[in-house]
Amino acid sequence: MIRLDNLTKVFKTQDGPVTAADRISMEVPAGEICILLGPSGCGKTTTLKMINRIIPPTSGSVFINGEDTAQLDTQTLRHNIGYVIQQIGLFPNMTIEENIAVVPRLMGWDKKKYRDRARELMDMIAMDPDAFLKRYPHELSGGQQQRIGVARALAADPPVMLMDEPFGSIDPINRAVIQDEFLKMQQELKKTIIFVSHDIDEAIKMGDRIAIFRAGQLEQYSEPDELLAAPKDEFVESFLGEDRALKRLNLVKVRDVVSDSIGTVQPSDTLATAQQRLEEYGYQSAIIMTNEQFQPVGMVLASVTKSTRGYCRDHYLPLPALVGLDDDLRKVASLMFAHGITWLPCVDDKGRVCGQITQRAITQHLGARYAMQTAGKSGEVA
Amino acid sequence: MPQPAVHRTVLVIAFILVFLAGVWLSASGFISEFLSYREDINYLVVQHMHLTAVSGGLAILFAIPLGVLLSRPQMGKVAESAMQVLNIGTTIPTLAVLALSMSLLGIGTTPALFALFVATLLPITRNTYAGLKGVSPALMEAAAGLGMSSTQRLLRIELPSAMYVIFAGIRTALTINVGTVPLAFLIGAGGLGELIFTGIDLYSPVMMLAGAIPTAILAILVDAFIATMAFWLVPRGVNPARR
Repeated sequence: MIRLDNLTKVFKTQDGPVTAADRISMEVPAGEICILLGPSGCGKTTTLKMINRIIPPTSGSVFINGEDTAQLDTQTLRHNIGYVIQQIGLFPNMTIEENIAVVPRLMGWDKKKYRDRARELMDMIAMDPDAFLKRYPHELSGGQQQRIGVARALAADPPVMLMDEPFGSIDPINRAVIQDEFLKMQQELKKTIIFVSHDIDEAIKMGDRIAIFRAGQLEQYSEPDELLAAPKDEFVESFLGEDRALKRLNLVKVRDVVSDSIGTVQPSDTLATAQQRLEEYGYQSAIIMTNEQFQPVGMVLASVTKSTRGYCRDHYLPLPALVGLDDDLRKVASLMFAHGITWLPCVDDKGRVCGQITQRAITQHLGARYAMQTAGKSGEVA
Repeated sequence: MPQPAVHRTVLVIAFILVFLAGVWLSASGFISEFLSYREDINYLVVQHMHLTAVSGGLAILFAIPLGVLLSRPQMGKVAESAMQVLNIGTTIPTLAVLALSMSLLGIGTTPALFALFVATLLPITRNTYAGLKGVSPALMEAAAGLGMSSTQRLLRIELPSAMYVIFAGIRTALTINVGTVPLAFLIGAGGLGELIFTGIDLYSPVMMLAGAIPTAILAILVDAFIATMAFWLVPRGVNPARR
């Protein structure tokens, strides 16, 4: 757990004092990733760097796991905080192994222990220890270097990590891969992480919480869904962008919106049965046809059931698309637009039909939050 | 080697020319006259190297700490001014430094050593300072963020990263030093300058060359020696020669 209490930094410049961070107070629960987000010069990096005293705070305090860090000497404090920077900063004179072992060696681990640890970390970041440990940073690609940067920060297993735009200098394709890898690692490691970013999409993807900064002040501090649904003021709203409702689609899983009642037919049913079932469920356009294992095979159009006689197995069309329970709504919306449809069948991890997702359900789910917000606002006025 | 055939032809022609020059030198009596200075050369080479080793060694011991000191952030603007002074110092001809040194310390080995020391000091200090200042700030931030003290940062990151540039400074400085030692003869410190200047005075080209050729060879050997040391001592990751 990290708690900042009235953390303030005033820089003395030629034009008089400039407040880079103004009484920042916030709390990051253990095991969560908190993203500090904002335009450049908003104080997010200053705030981050005051935590490990790269920038000494003017006033205020930092508590890590309840302990006031002012009691610790700077070296000890930093040994217990993993630090990753945008420029990566691997030491060019050291091999990858020596780079990873920097903090363990400073802490006086014996050789066997830190070498084993280096191998373990290489496995964790999915790089072959035998191929890489003896190489030098300049022999690695940017993406590989930043993976090592993360491994180096994790070497002594610090409870807390500070990351200053760690994936900012990596090309977009590799960045997405590294972000995914990092999130997977974090699920097991459960570090408490403060992460600076200026990329709203990265923030939504990585953050359990997002802190929006503006001109040295903490503007809003909430969970991503809350932030997108209920931005506190116009600044936050404009920073999030006009497509913030679409961004929320990333955060919602099919699981949260799916309706589990779904009418289906089997190949052996007659078209008359299909027509009956369509009416029963109130479907306008088509009904799903499944096999005996309840796996989707195709769909029977409502128009066909009215105009033709026979069995479903002879009169079905292939399904345009399927979604899984863990897909996000962004994918669902994209499929709906691509195929010009308003509903999609949804399958579980064994490939069985388990429900359907409709455009209306999505709109309602997103809208529910706005309705609450509007109600809240009118409540305040009253 | 884009064209090995051309390369080989050039080598063969060069070899033949060297051979012909040798035949001519030998026939004209140059080689036997040159060899008659062998004992002088042996004695003077040792004296020459002694002057280089002492002045150069002291300069290295003094220049690197000075460069480190000037590169510390606490030095701020003082460092820039000091480097300006050193840069101006580099432009003063060594002969003038020798003359100044003699007027302060008299004649003999001590003033010569002092002048050589000053001339060697400057390039090494300058390169140490530039090398350390050239270490990327991101690297220093990473090192600080991982919890290295300023001494640990200097020893484990800054000096190894700057080592290649520092060695380049030592190489230049010592090569110049070997080439400058002959001037020390002028204030009575000996060295191969004895043969060179006496040869000039006596209008004896062979005597002059008996001093000049060993001086040139020494300079090349010292250069090669420092280059080899740099090759093996500078860590591979920051050694352009071994990338």
